[in-house]
Amino acid sequence: MTEKPAVLTAVEIEEITAEMSHYADKAAASIEALKIVQKYRRWVSDDCLVAVAQLLGISPAQLEGVATFYNLIYRQPVGRTVIHYCNSVSCWIMGSEQVEARLCERLQVEPGGMSADGEYTVLPIVCLGACDHAPVMLVGDQLRHDVTDDVIDEILGR
Amino acid sequence: MENMDKPLTQNIQPDRVFATLADYEQTGGYQGLRKAIAELPPKEVQQWVKDAGLRGRGGSGFPAGVKWSLMPLDDAHQTRYLIVNGDEMEPGTFKDRFLLERDPHQLIEGTIIAAYAIQAQTAYIFLRGEYHLAARRIEQALQEARAKGYLGEHILDLDFSLDIHLHTSAGRYICGEETALINSLEGKRANPRAKPPFAVVSGLWGKPTVVNNVETLCNVPHIIRNGVNWYKGLGLGADQGTKLFGVSGRVRRPGLWELPMGTPIREIVEEHAGGMRDGFSLRAFLPGGASTDFLLPEHLDVRMDYDAVAKVGSRMGTGTMIILDDKTCPVKMVLNLEQFFSQESCGWCTPCRDGLPWTVTLLKDIIEGRGRLEDLDTLSRLTGMMALGNTFCALAPGAMEPLQSALKFFRRDFEHYIAGVAPPPSVKRLV
Repeated sequence: MTEKPAVLTAVEIEEITAEMSHYADKAAASIEALKIVQKYRRWVSDDCLVAVAQLLGISPAQLEGVATFYNLIYRQPVGRTVIHYCNSVSCWIMGSEQVEARLCERLQVEPGGMSADGEYTVLPIVCLGACDHAPVMLVGDQLRHDVTDDVIDEILGR
Repeated sequence: MENMDKPLTQNIQPDRVFATLADYEQTGGYQGLRKAIAELPPKEVQQWVKDAGLRGRGGSGFPAGVKWSLMPLDDAHQTRYLIVNGDEMEPGTFKDRFLLERDPHQLIEGTIIAAYAIQAQTAYIFLRGEYHLAARRIEQALQEARAKGYLGEHILDLDFSLDIHLHTSAGRYICGEETALINSLEGKRANPRAKPPFAVVSGLWGKPTVVNNVETLCNVPHIIRNGVNWYKGLGLGADQGTKLFGVSGRVRRPGLWELPMGTPIREIVEEHAGGMRDGFSLRAFLPGGASTDFLLPEHLDVRMDYDAVAKVGSRMGTGTMIILDDKTCPVKMVLNLEQFFSQESCGWCTPCRDGLPWTVTLLKDIIEGRGRLEDLDTLSRLTGMMALGNTFCALAPGAMEPLQSALKFFRRDFEHYIAGVAPPPSVKRLV
């Protein structure tokens, strides 16, 4: 690896340690720890993974097993804002394929890709639990209802 | 004033962003908690919930009071846990989010009473990671409850202490499975565990643990406050209480309504959801989320309760229906469902890990014109191979429910694809 080794910041360590205190076994904070790293760095690099594993007292391999299991942990760089568009059944019926097409066309990416300017990553996600307003998507942590081309254009700028 | 007909949603009003602590208290909020801890021994609370007939609202319908009564309360077990299953991820299901975001204190009161009933000292709310707004509202409500003495050491100066932690997950459908959820909460991959031992015997970190769904727990304060007889009077059919029923798809007013358990499906679809949109007609529906068997218009007069829906070959599941309209292809809809289940399989057991991708491949072959008539037999065989009892947990059997009913009800649609492109000789008589 050529980049300089990432070390967890004092703030990250403090927040992860606070999560560890909620559990009988500190390894239970693994998912929250990875999410804390992502809050500051957007994704979890190998160096961060090793550092978090050390803090939790588990092996990097064990933590990697966790990191790669969950949909919302990113082991590759992502854009400043991740757009998760729902492609489960109710949204599919109501037009999630068009949502995907519009997002990808506007940002010139394939599903899973990051826009060239590093602003957005577009990822499919399973049911977001807002099926009465399908199709829906999460823009960062904001849920957007009844998504149309217009809504997407409004978010991405015309 | 309490709304006695719609206890779960009485504080949720269109002009209100969400019910604050003051809103919640104004309709009797936290009085059930006071009554339970001050007046009723834990076993008595269990008995009330058992007598009320409250069944699990996460999809299985297991009686909540019975689950609680299995919790060992003797001194040999010093540590017990309660986990709130807020990992709502069944496609087409949007009921727990509504309760979490719009009336967070109701869930917290229900959680405290349930923890008291099973004598748990610690409870975790396991919330799916995508529910950001719900997480903020719950975290704030927990702080308010602590400040008011509803939560923490010696709740209401009585002899019960509890703390509740919010755990936000990172997204995997399998986390909704009780034992997979426990593994996830322990910070592991969410593979289900072998049962027995059941969680109530050996759950979180090997300690007795009860896992209850969000909506289930939201019922509890009302049962304690208003009594068993009142609660039993709410249901229209064999099951008790009210339920959040939802409809999504091409209806006029997709949405969610609190209605008596046992409300006829027709009333939900035609009155509350306003019927089909202009230009669309009802072809079929999944009554309770993605992992339930399709039902047909002829089933509209069935009541939404556990046994009535089971009798016609499906499940009430989460009570949130997905409508298949006449302009949506049932085969492609099944492909969408199976892609979901295939992706969300945890990979632990072979039938699910290999069977679901195989199912997806066959469906794609059929849709993309590479299908053969024998593929339908293979799909049919797969529904048997992944039936309950052949897999480690209920994920794959759930995935087979819409498939097996689609093969039965929409066989012509499958055959159309197969016949439409390069039909083998055997197909000719079918078209």
